[in-house]
Amino acid sequence: MVGIDRVCIALLVLALAGCSSVEPWVKPYERQNFADIIMAPDRNPVSTAYIDHVFEAREGARGASGSHGGGCGCN
Amino acid sequence: MQRLGPSAFILFSLTAALPAMGAVLPDDRADVMYHRYDGGGVTIDGPSLLVRKKFAEKYSVSANYYVDMVSSASIDVVTTASPYKEQRTQGSFGFDMLNGKTQYSLSYTNSDENDYTANTASFDLSQDMFGDLTTVSFGYSQGWDEVRKRGDSAFSESVDRRNYRLGLSQIVTPQLMLGFNYEVVTDEGYLNNPYRSVRYLDSSSANGYSYQPEVYPGTRTSNAIALNARYYLKYRAAVHGEYRYYTDTWGIDANMVEVGYTQPWRKQWIFEFDYRWYDQSAADFYSDLFPRADAQNFLARDKELSTFTSHMLSLGATYELPPLGWKFIERSTVNLFYDRVLYDYSDFRDVRKGGVPGTEPLYQFNADVFRIFVSGWF
Repeated sequence: MVGIDRVCIALLVLALAGCSSVEPWVKPYERQNFADIIMAPDRNPVSTAYIDHVFEAREGARGASGSHGGGCGCN
Repeated sequence: MQRLGPSAFILFSLTAALPAMGAVLPDDRADVMYHRYDGGGVTIDGPSLLVRKKFAEKYSVSANYYVDMVSSASIDVVTTASPYKEQRTQGSFGFDMLNGKTQYSLSYTNSDENDYTANTASFDLSQDMFGDLTTVSFGYSQGWDEVRKRGDSAFSESVDRRNYRLGLSQIVTPQLMLGFNYEVVTDEGYLNNPYRSVRYLDSSSANGYSYQPEVYPGTRTSNAIALNARYYLKYRAAVHGEYRYYTDTWGIDANMVEVGYTQPWRKQWIFEFDYRWYDQSAADFYSDLFPRADAQNFLARDKELSTFTSHMLSLGATYELPPLGWKFIERSTVNLFYDRVLYDYSDFRDVRKGGVPGTEPLYQFNADVFRIFVSGWF
């Protein structure tokens, strides 16, 4: 896990640095599309959590499923 | 134990509170859902209730109550055991805190059934940057499971689980959002199912084969990486796609591709269409039929560890209800989602059909999945 830890720390440092000097190329007033509910990555969290649960129970693979974490207790 | 695994769902529930774009606490809402899975001789249904509430515009709490009522006569069960019914109950609590462009999330979940208990604690952090075009997130979960066995009160084993998550969400253009997720999961402990068996050739048996208990390795580490995209179409619709690659120390490699389309209609309706393809290779120690008893150190005949492909077609509809006239409800929706899944196995045979061992027809089945729920925002 050392390699992963290093990657995480590097990204965390990057995050904490703020990187505020980068000019946003999509202006706030151009982001109204992302406020539309149809662009929400997880519009129905209860429903999404359930169907991801079905996948993990029936499949060997697990993890990296968007904002829902991962893991498997499907023994 | 022939159930939808508790730890996996715990982690989903724990982190469901994290918004993809960070720096915004989840909406105050309540959801009441009825879910039903019916396929391969297994029926699982029950309720799920979620409530989220912000306070002081800086904190948010959430609670989820979930039940799986399982009635199983799956192919594993009917060939080596007896059909059974059981119930799993899960409760989880979450706390989110927003501090500037950083969101912290803590969660705890308990899942309990008659032969399995799982407890999981989780921490997640997300940070907005680059003028809020980018969100980076990190997460860690620790799980402690206890595995028991019906009819054997002396049987008690444990599982230790750790999840390390890394995510990136990026607004690329006014229409396009990209996402990246990476996750490492490590398990250590009793990872097999105490009821499941493997079969091996046995000339002394009338049907040519016999069964012995599974034996799994005591550790498993997996890596999964996923890329996703969501694109806004100018006539007000959205398309999305996702690809995930998975590999683990048991020798399973898997690929998943999903594409979907979301179309609003009039003011009240939203329709969704989705197709998902999944394909995996078998674990190194999987076999449908071993050549003899104790043929190798590790033995598995769990079809979830075999080579198979699945196809899923999903339809969803959301209807926004007219104002209810209740002061505390701002808006509410009724939702229906239906999924049809085909599982097609390449090296798991249907022994119920009979024949020379190792030449029985390959197994396949369809599953119907329903989610019916009401959501209210307040």
